Amino acid sequence: MNPMNYVILASILFAIGSAAVLLRRNAIVAFMGVELMLNAANLSLVAFARIHDQLDGQVMAFFVMVVAAAEVVVGLAIIIAVFRARQSISLDEPAELKG
Amino acid sequence: MLSVTWLLIAVPLVSAFVLLLAGRRADAYGHWVGVGASASAFVVGLIAFVQMLGLPGEERATSVHLSSWIPGTELNLDAGLLVDPLSMTFVLLITFVGTLIHIYSVAYMEHDPDRRRFFAYLNMFVAAMLLLVLADSFLLLFVGWEGVGLASYLLIGFWNQRNEYATAANKAFIANRIGDIGLIVAMGLMFSTFGAVDFATVFDAAPQATAAQLTAIGLMLLLAACGKSAQFPLQSWLGDAMAGPTPVSALIHAATMVTAGVYLIVRSAPIFNGAPDAQVVVALVGAVTLILGALIGMAKDDLKKALAASTMSQIGYMMLAAGLGPIGYAFAIFHLVTHGFFKAGMFLGAGSVMHAMNDQVNMRRFGALRGAMVVTWVTFGLGWLAILGLPPFSGFYSKDKIIEAAFVGEGWQPWVLGGAALVGAGLTAFYMSRLFFMTFHGKARWTDDQHPHESPLLMTVPMIILAVGSAFLGLILASGDRFTHWLEPVTGHVEHHEPVLPVPVLIGATLVLVIAGVALAWLKYGGRDVALEAPTGSLAAITARNDFFQDSVNRAALQRPGQHLTRTLVYLDATVVDGAVNKQARGWAGLGEASRRLQNGQVRSYAATMLVGLVIVALIIVVGGR
Amino acid sequence: MVNEVLFWVVAVLTVPPALSLLFARKAAHIAMSIVLVMVGLAAAYVGLDAPFLGVVQIVVYTGAVMMMFLFVLMLVGVDRREDLRETITGQRWIALFAAGGLALLLVSVVGRVTIEPAPRGVVGNPEEIAMVLFGEYVLVMEVLGALLITAAVGALVMTHTPRLTPRRTQSELQAARVLAGADPVNKPMPGVFARHNALDAPALDPEGRPIEHSVSRVLEARDQMSEGTDFRARLENTRNPEDYQRPSGAPSHDADDRKGRREGRDEEGAQ
Repeated sequence: MNPMNYVILASILFAIGSAAVLLRRNAIVAFMGVELMLNAANLSLVAFARIHDQLDGQVMAFFVMVVAAAEVVVGLAIIIAVFRARQSISLDEPAELKG
Repeated sequence: MLSVTWLLIAVPLVSAFVLLLAGRRADAYGHWVGVGASASAFVVGLIAFVQMLGLPGEERATSVHLSSWIPGTELNLDAGLLVDPLSMTFVLLITFVGTLIHIYSVAYMEHDPDRRRFFAYLNMFVAAMLLLVLADSFLLLFVGWEGVGLASYLLIGFWNQRNEYATAANKAFIANRIGDIGLIVAMGLMFSTFGAVDFATVFDAAPQATAAQLTAIGLMLLLAACGKSAQFPLQSWLGDAMAGPTPVSALIHAATMVTAGVYLIVRSAPIFNGAPDAQVVVALVGAVTLILGALIGMAKDDLKKALAASTMSQIGYMMLAAGLGPIGYAFAIFHLVTHGFFKAGMFLGAGSVMHAMNDQVNMRRFGALRGAMVVTWVTFGLGWLAILGLPPFSGFYSKDKIIEAAFVGEGWQPWVLGGAALVGAGLTAFYMSRLFFMTFHGKARWTDDQHPHESPLLMTVPMIILAVGSAFLGLILASGDRFTHWLEPVTGHVEHHEPVLPVPVLIGATLVLVIAGVALAWLKYGGRDVALEAPTGSLAAITARNDFFQDSVNRAALQRPGQHLTRTLVYLDATVVDGAVNKQARGWAGLGEASRRLQNGQVRSYAATMLVGLVIVALIIVVGGR
Repeated sequence: MVNEVLFWVVAVLTVPPALSLLFARKAAHIAMSIVLVMVGLAAAYVGLDAPFLGVVQIVVYTGAVMMMFLFVLMLVGVDRREDLRETITGQRWIALFAAGGLALLLVSVVGRVTIEPAPRGVVGNPEEIAMVLFGEYVLVMEVLGALLITAAVGALVMTHTPRLTPRRTQSELQAARVLAGADPVNKPMPGVFARHNALDAPALDPEGRPIEHSVSRVLEARDQMSEGTDFRARLENTRNPEDYQRPSGAPSHDADDRKGRREGRDEEGAQ
């Protein structure tokens, strides 16, 4: 079994995640899309680690996980803060960035 | 003694500043300070004059170096004074007549709350005029020239609480500006031609310059003189300048201001001597102005404006004489001096009349003032006789000489210029007699609240002194050609020229015309009732009454085109210059507006942008990496 | 062979649940689907000779991250349904084009590459990873520790709301409740003191009329409450109708009154 298949799987998962980010208005769902993209990247990293029989890819994936965990903590806190302020977690609501 | 000539200028100038800066606390004595300053200037001038008399003719011109002014390589100019018979004549005239006017003003302006300020301006006027006549370079002369303009502006608009008076001051100032441009251009031409603007260098080099250069300089100087001396076509400000208090009018017309133009022409004699064309133009301008002024004077019912028109006409005589070249210079100055006396006397008389008649200036409301104001009548009458040119009064000696000189020459010039001078004498006789008879003779046409009375001594004494001068100065100065000899070091010695007509004929013709004019005026205004309202009159009368529509002409010929020009420029500026800038700005704004739409505030749109960018980058890498 | 089976199992286990991100309506369903995806990925890691990462994946993602997502979902309202209608013009098409294009691009590129994996070594066991992490990458580990602490503190700061008003006492809350028109006393129990003691039967007030809010809200929402009219009709048959005239001045039990009661209930829920 060629580990490259896992890379293809990772590509598909990444595309799905990105589509979710673009399409879903619920901030939590979009955030989950981001998590999926990170995990897809992790999968490809691990697959390449296997292909090259090295540990660096795994270590990198490990770091990504840690950073993602930190990111989730902060991101969800932001979502809660926004929810408190607006009673909504829709991504379309905060349109103040308008030019 | 001559080295302290600068005191002549400094004393009135310092006095002016002191009076202006001292403020209200000097109100009580300020006018006497002003009188004292003027009088001490006269004393200094008199001493210098006596000292000068002791010198032989050719040594009488003295330069007084004051300081280095514009040190430079191209233009190196020192500030200095030139004291010679010509400037000394002016110094005496200015300070003497000026002092008398100062004294007169003490009484005339007694009830004006701003009398101190008035005297400050008067002193400034005198100082500026003295600087003008004493300067030894055109540039320093220009400083005095501008000072005169400023002082006249301040004095004409002295009662600037009345809008039309302020407008009159502006008008005088602006008309003078036009003349000033002429002087500036003339100085520029001198600098480019001779590399200097001081009298000595310029006049020494003048004979070497081409006629064209000299003509150009001369015409520009003429423009300057026209502005300052109210000559055609810049005469329009003089009538309105009557807005100032009457002593100001006297000062402007007799001693300062309008005589500056004549002084400039005579002073620049070496330039004009080399430019016959410019001389002809000067003479023609003088001739036109003298006829024009006389015609205007015939139609005016306003006492002061009629006198102003008369001044215009008389200055026309002087310009005519100055334009005649060396034979006329001395007579121009001679007439200037006698005119200074009798015109100052008449203006002060007019002020006395106004003083008595509640500031009424309409001559149709006067009449029979002879009985009520004997001193004024006599002094004014002497001035009247002097301006008529009847022997043995001053005007005869000066004006008759000009008429004689005007008839000297070849071709058309003597006939045109001389004819104008001759006719002008008759016209002068008519309008001055009309003025005199309407004011002092005939029946009283006063309004009910007018109670004519003689003016106080402070006013009558200067009038008497001036009247004496009007009567006898000409005789004194003319006997033995004393005045001409006195001026010879400046104007040069001239051989006697015979006019185209014999002199006795000319004198006779002049006297006949003068007497005819007086008789006509008596018939029309002296013996008969004068209508309270001016008759509509003929087209000519209306034209003259409206100053030959000078304001309309100016408006149509200068103001309107100027307005159109500026409007066009503004339009071009707004559409072309600003238009280009604005269009460009609008273009950028539009670009910003367009790019603003990208910034729609939708987070997901931004995410979409990022992803599309990622796809494009990936595509480039994949396709390009191959 | 085992690897091949494992791959397909993983593929089937991950892609369809991942698609729920695009199509499911309830966030809670999506979160559970993603948990499944995470578990599948953990299996993939194990199959790729990274058992340590597989375990970490389970612990961190399935156990911590996704549970936190669910927790936040509960905080913001788990029963919220998302409206899937698109509001931004063209966003759907752009998204499909971009995501599809990305997938096509990556798959086409990766699919054409065949790399023979290196012969399997001894890599992948936790000890070796530990050697690398705490050897070569020890500084990064320290920095990551700092990052995690910072993130935790940041989350605390962001979610913390300072108390701006004084704490309300119980008596104040009660006063507010009464002011809002709620019942001053306990709600009546359903049915107990009336003829029916079933939970779906409303209690009756002293005049014999049914008290609808004595029945559980859930039953009311499910339309499982017994209609009060039944009881009323039965009562009218057995008693003199005159007795049911309400004495004047008695509290109203009409619709607007019920509104007040409902607000009172909300107040209660907020506590």
